[in-house]
Amino acid sequence: MIFNIEVNNKEIKARKGETILEALERNGITVPTLCHMEGFSPTGACRICVVEVEGKNALIPACSYPVEEWMKIKTHSPRVIKARRTIVEMLLSNHPDDCLYCERNGNCELQYLAIGLNVRERRFAGKKTVHKKDLSSPGMVRNPSKCILCGRCVRVCEEKMIVSAIDFIRRGSRMVIGTKANHGFNNQSCISCGQCIMVCPTGALYERSRLADLQDALHNPDKKVVVHVSPTISVSLAEEFGLRPGKDLNGLISSALRKIGFDRVFDTTFAVDLYVLEMATELSRRIADGIPGPMISACCPAWVQFVETFHPELIPRLTTTRSPQQLMGALIKNLGPGLLNVDATEIFNVSVMPCTAKKYESQREEMTVNGLIHTDVVLTTRELASLIKLHGIDIQNIETELDDPPFNIRSSAGKLAGASGGIAESLARTLHFILAGDEMFDLKISELRQGNSRKEVYLTMGSHQIGIAAVSGISEAVKLMDEIRAGRKDLHFVEVMTCPGGCVNGGGQHIGASDRDIRARLKSLYDYDDKEPVRVAHKNASVHDLFRNHLDYPVSDKALAMLHTTFKRSNATE
Amino acid sequence: MVNSVLLHEVGEYPKAVQETLRLLRREKIEQPVIFVGAGTCGIAAGSNQTISAINEYLNENNIHAAVIEVGCIGLCSAEPIVDVQIPGKNRIAFGNITAGKVNNLLDAVFNNTLPDEGALYQYPGPNLVLWEAVPLQSEVPFFKNQKRVVLEQCGIIDPDNIEEYIARGGYRSFVKAIRNYTSLDICNLIDESGLKGRGGGGFPTGQKWKITYNTPSDQKYLICNADESDPGTFMDRALIEGDPHRLIEGMGIAAYAVGANQAYVYIRAEYPETMSTLEKAISQARDYGLIGANILDSGFSFYLNIRIGAGAFVCGEETALINSIEGKRGTPQPKPPHPAVKGLFGKPTVVNNVETLANVPAIVCNGPAWFNAMGTENSKGTKVFAVTGKARYTGLIEVAMGTTLKTIVYDIVGGIKDYKRFKAIQIGGPSGACLDESCLSICVDYEALRNEGAMMGSGGLVVMDETTCMVDVAKFFMNFLQNESCGKCIPCREGTRRMLEILESITRKPVDDAKHETLERFKGVMMLEELAEVIRDTSLCGLGQTAPNPVLSTLKYFREEYEEHIFDRKCRAGVCKGLRTYVIDTDRCTGCTICFRKCPVNAIIGTQRNPHFIVQDKCIGCGICYDFCKFNAINSK
Repeated sequence: MIFNIEVNNKEIKARKGETILEALERNGITVPTLCHMEGFSPTGACRICVVEVEGKNALIPACSYPVEEWMKIKTHSPRVIKARRTIVEMLLSNHPDDCLYCERNGNCELQYLAIGLNVRERRFAGKKTVHKKDLSSPGMVRNPSKCILCGRCVRVCEEKMIVSAIDFIRRGSRMVIGTKANHGFNNQSCISCGQCIMVCPTGALYERSRLADLQDALHNPDKKVVVHVSPTISVSLAEEFGLRPGKDLNGLISSALRKIGFDRVFDTTFAVDLYVLEMATELSRRIADGIPGPMISACCPAWVQFVETFHPELIPRLTTTRSPQQLMGALIKNLGPGLLNVDATEIFNVSVMPCTAKKYESQREEMTVNGLIHTDVVLTTRELASLIKLHGIDIQNIETELDDPPFNIRSSAGKLAGASGGIAESLARTLHFILAGDEMFDLKISELRQGNSRKEVYLTMGSHQIGIAAVSGISEAVKLMDEIRAGRKDLHFVEVMTCPGGCVNGGGQHIGASDRDIRARLKSLYDYDDKEPVRVAHKNASVHDLFRNHLDYPVSDKALAMLHTTFKRSNATE
Repeated sequence: MVNSVLLHEVGEYPKAVQETLRLLRREKIEQPVIFVGAGTCGIAAGSNQTISAINEYLNENNIHAAVIEVGCIGLCSAEPIVDVQIPGKNRIAFGNITAGKVNNLLDAVFNNTLPDEGALYQYPGPNLVLWEAVPLQSEVPFFKNQKRVVLEQCGIIDPDNIEEYIARGGYRSFVKAIRNYTSLDICNLIDESGLKGRGGGGFPTGQKWKITYNTPSDQKYLICNADESDPGTFMDRALIEGDPHRLIEGMGIAAYAVGANQAYVYIRAEYPETMSTLEKAISQARDYGLIGANILDSGFSFYLNIRIGAGAFVCGEETALINSIEGKRGTPQPKPPHPAVKGLFGKPTVVNNVETLANVPAIVCNGPAWFNAMGTENSKGTKVFAVTGKARYTGLIEVAMGTTLKTIVYDIVGGIKDYKRFKAIQIGGPSGACLDESCLSICVDYEALRNEGAMMGSGGLVVMDETTCMVDVAKFFMNFLQNESCGKCIPCREGTRRMLEILESITRKPVDDAKHETLERFKGVMMLEELAEVIRDTSLCGLGQTAPNPVLSTLKYFREEYEEHIFDRKCRAGVCKGLRTYVIDTDRCTGCTICFRKCPVNAIIGTQRNPHFIVQDKCIGCGICYDFCKFNAINSK
């Protein structure tokens, strides 16, 4: 039902059942918000979005109050503006004044609010609550002193990730967002997905930066520093430089990295092809052996940690193939000495990932060779941007360069790994080749590109009817796992990405991207697949070379030793 | 027996049953009965020791008498109260009977005489002989101006005995409701009566019930909010401890009216006595078939359980309370949707206060017109108040709506203790308002109180005398609210904290005026009202929206005290230690050095046998020197 309501003395159209905020936004009236998140239950905690409604004594929060026909609303009356400004001033009165040193300086919602509401004077002085930083996690840092308790991280963690690693503890002005028994992120159920960072309006949550370690290595003449860049980075880095969302910086990044001083620049997408080929072979064997139930992807370290912590019974279903980052790590640390003519200890391997959980993954015990860590440093998209800025490189005014062999060639299918459903699509193409002996007629599988958190498709591959699902967001993954536990038998492969939408929306990406920006990134990824000639992982020449020269064939004993890993039950929730 | 009593009209009972009922009503007794006020207030005053002393006395003297623990009659300042009824005579009440006074008292009463201290009052009974020179309960000033509906039987009947309650007409309304009325009838009846929520909001109860009744759902819930956490309030506690079956009956009727068959009593963990009384009452009602499936073959099922709150003030707010019952963190949720539409576990839920529900049986029994006749135009019935502070008698009272505050303060609770001057009355709990003498003519009425910036609240009344500092009072309540804020919304969490800091800064010892702090202090004071306004306008729940009230109302009625604190650096009541200055009277000082030695900050200088001197810059105003000086040589200014 559509009816008119009066806003600022003008009639606008509103729909029954929507909130005041939705009606205002549809009509182009902006009301500032802080705790509000689209697609999540409103909490009405921050009160920034209050508006004046005639006939109501108090001001009304637009984000949670449904529109009603009789309403006469003032969105920017003096009373409303004063209330909003005072609320921001109250927040600032308990906020550390160190914007210039802050991780989020220049991209901070609290700063935006203070600017927008014209806060120019410190009117409320008083004690500030000081908390210790939580530096326990290899992936993320929590600084509760900067937390304004909007609860967005808590809701993402609870509603999307169903992990609830963080929650409110204590009350009143002593309230703080904390971890279980205040043990620190690393010692409990946090899966390091970084989605809390993505929704944090201030600098209370950010990645654990390793730039300083990297700088040391770059300036150490005894180290050969090699880097490999995740398929998603080229389409998501642009926003960090204020460029058009989705603009592809492939080649430019390689060039910039060489200028910074990396000795070799590789492409993680090569490893995605290897991952897909290895995993497809593994899956085809499972199918041949008649092992029931789907095989589940394990390229997302946050998902792996979730399984190990909350659903250890799923561990046998996870593919044992290492994630692309760790495949690269194993290859570089095992084959690198021969390639670069140095000792393995002198190789410093850096990966650039859209992810905070990858930082955690690189530290896992299984991810070492002879006591050497496979991936020395993991950078996020944001860290890469600040590294490039730090070295004064104008990303728009440099020439593109190619990556270094041997890990430089990739298929366009590998690029798809950045999207939820991409690994599944790539795997379907290769699995079809293995099972049916020929290529799929139409390589594009639209079912795995449309839809939101869950995508499913059934494909005929030779004599097999193969069911493939791709889910993103742990809550959706758990729903699917529940279905499988309840007896669903039609699926052979499930791809799980922890972050909603996949790695394009990863916890290490640019903060503040809208849904439209994410779609632009996705489009750039899919564009690769439309344009390029090599569209399947099993036709990657470099991968073939690798098997021919070093590993015999997929899932050979050599490959199992180098490319596969193990999982173990975690006791974090006990 | 229950079926015959509850299912028949009063006149239809066989003679034997009528005789039993008379015995239960104690209109006729065979052996002496001793009633001891053993509610939480009684226990605090030592009733447990009194009971042991009574039992000892009875054993020693070989007297057969029943000792019954009753709830609170309301006169808490006279606890432990012991009532004695000997066969043939009226039940008579004695105050402050600590264990040591028991022998004297019982010696006298069993000999048909009064002890030297006299008695408080006596209860008239049919065909019973009066005690001479003892006023009837209805003649005592404390009770004379009260109108006891909800508290009618509190402190009189044995709360642990359902039969006593039934004998006095209890559960008759419940049975009448489920047998003779439809749910909608009951909703209409309550609506007509004009009953409003007694928990503070004052929302018409009948309308609330109708909303839930009209919301289609497979499951509905009723919740009784007994999470009474205001400092100085104990209505719910006393009511449940004194007459638990009245609440259960009210809940049964309410559940029937809204179509809920599952009800919860949400009670705070700090009320262990109350909880055990209620548990006992619930299990008795269950045994009598008044809780459970298909009650008395009416087809209506009603289940009642207790849920214990972990002690957060904010859990008295209905949405926070619902979260708490669901096992979540007790924080309020934005409304709408109101709980009446979408509440506990997402189902329509009525949340009512204890007193509201306890009113229901009487309304169903006597009809809406009876209830409607009491009170003022927009506030009907009676209201229970817990009177604390500097009143002569403190305790629990129930007055008809429309009674003036003056009647309460001067007639019912006997004015101010120790012949001090009245200064203020705080009404409505921590987020209520402090009213001055000019407001005593206001009557107890939702509208009238709101017009003065006060509120009915759940029924706390704190009487304050001239030794109270109003800034300190505001600070106390602000501190309470700030501690109890759940922390969810910004205005309440940060705002109350800043307001408290401002109040602290004006009651603190002033530091050197040249310093920046003084400027900050004045700035802060100027901000008080603005902060208060924004907190009231924007907070998420009632706790936050009313949090500035203590400051706003004291600023309104006692502005000059604030000004004295700020400009003259003076606290007229002498409460704010930081503003006290101590000076040594050199004529009186003998140089004993005790103050010199006791001063915690070495602010006193002087040598033996010579007058001492206080260095004001160092003095923190603790008053230790004042307390220790044996020669009254230290003056406080």
